Amino acid sequence: MSTLSRSTINELAEHLENAELQAHDVKKITDDYPDMDWEDAYDIQWEIRRRKEARGNRVVGLKMGLTSYAKMKQMGVENPVYAFLVDYFNVPDAGTVKVSELIHPKVEAEIAIITNKELKGPGCSVADVLAATESVLPAVEVIDSRYENFRFDLKSVIADNASSARFVTGGNVKRADQVDMKTLGVVMEINGKVVTTGAGAAVLGHPAASVAMLANMLAERGEVIPAGTFIMTGGITEAIAVKAGDSVCVRYQDLGTVSMTFV
Amino acid sequence: MLQTTQISAYADELYTALRERQMVQPFSERTPEMTVEDAYAVSNLLLDKRIQLDGEKVIGKKIGVTSQAVMKMLNVYQPDFGYLTDAMVVDESEALSVSTKMIQPRAEGEIAFVLKRDLIGPGVTASDVLRATDFVVPCFEIVDSRIKDWKIKIQDTVADNASCGYFLLGSQAADPRKVDLSTCGMVMEMNGQVVATGAGAAALGSSPISCVVWLANTLGRFGVPLKAGEVILSGALVPLQPVKAGDYMSVSIGGIGRTAVRFE
Repeated sequence: MSTLSRSTINELAEHLENAELQAHDVKKITDDYPDMDWEDAYDIQWEIRRRKEARGNRVVGLKMGLTSYAKMKQMGVENPVYAFLVDYFNVPDAGTVKVSELIHPKVEAEIAIITNKELKGPGCSVADVLAATESVLPAVEVIDSRYENFRFDLKSVIADNASSARFVTGGNVKRADQVDMKTLGVVMEINGKVVTTGAGAAVLGHPAASVAMLANMLAERGEVIPAGTFIMTGGITEAIAVKAGDSVCVRYQDLGTVSMTFV
Repeated sequence: MLQTTQISAYADELYTALRERQMVQPFSERTPEMTVEDAYAVSNLLLDKRIQLDGEKVIGKKIGVTSQAVMKMLNVYQPDFGYLTDAMVVDESEALSVSTKMIQPRAEGEIAFVLKRDLIGPGVTASDVLRATDFVVPCFEIVDSRIKDWKIKIQDTVADNASCGYFLLGSQAADPRKVDLSTCGMVMEMNGQVVATGAGAAALGSSPISCVVWLANTLGRFGVPLKAGEVILSGALVPLQPVKAGDYMSVSIGGIGRTAVRFE
């Protein structure tokens, strides 16, 4: 049940989207609306999505956030969060990311999939996801919370489109039956130094479990994951802060590399 | 620098601690002047005792302090090494008894190299290691410090045979030429839950191969070769996990395989 009025939802959506577009931080919204619930939070996110689409931006994919058990336990929740990706978030591989357009960016290594069948919850399973996976590809997400000092609670972060800002995908694509997403390793390097490593299982035990959860969460709003959807499954590594001048390269087992430079 | 009598007294203490499952106070506290060279001298005497008094045989070597986390903890930015003997082997079919064999065990997931040719440093390169490696296997090293409450400085762990306890080699082997040992992922599960993930590059910020290169070149300066047939444990790729009786752990490595160990 929602607790916020439609006009408040619209105001908060505008407030948060402006923070993103103008690259300035804001106080977390639950400070002023402590009683807002999950549905309110997603209503705000969906309103931001509507605003972008009305302006001509195209939704190019979905993403999952907060997908590590450790993080969920820390935040006292049982579910991760989802968000959407629009066209201008995408930066080509080996491209540049302008820090002037962002507030306090961090990078995370992820595994992404592209589906070839509709996925519909409730009851969507890992097997359903694997059967609907056209390809597996490497992706790096640049997250940028619009909240001061990256300090937020779960409802605030959902409303803020789960800190989505930019993403880069690599071109070394595999079929689902050619890789073991659970043990697939990633190595993140910044300016040539290894800063963190991980493997696919860091994402809910298996990245496909994250997509199944996405389908089941969307079902609560009567939504599905259409065939042909690009989905970033969640951070394998912790998010690492970056600044202008940093060059990031993530090496993937069996999926090549993804790189970008922050300017 | 320590007197030789002190070095030999420390080796005696560690040998007794190992056999009686007791802990000793950190040597680095008792004799702050102890050097890393002194510590290796203690380690060598400890090994001699295991060979002479118990008939243990050296079957390989282990490399420690290869991850950023452990380097920071010890404030030492180079690896260390210890010896593996036949008495440290656990088979996949056995459970490891914490209450009768160990003091304060922690499990490490590693990649083990089994050599088919000698490696004699200095001057050993990554290519030499690839050429000399018969195969790699997933491995658990169960480290166990004889130093009280793991309050170790580099001198303490080196003297204590690099905190080695037992090790278990998986039965799935891979050709190191066919797997990228830098990006291969590691997933450690404890009692069915994923507790840590990492990848090969966690080893010296490079690859487990770099650890073997380091060991061959370090030992080469003392005229000690890595021998054909030996097992080389290349160092932990994910944080150490304290274990107790009843725990069940597995480690899966992308492109190599999986192994598991049960504690009782």
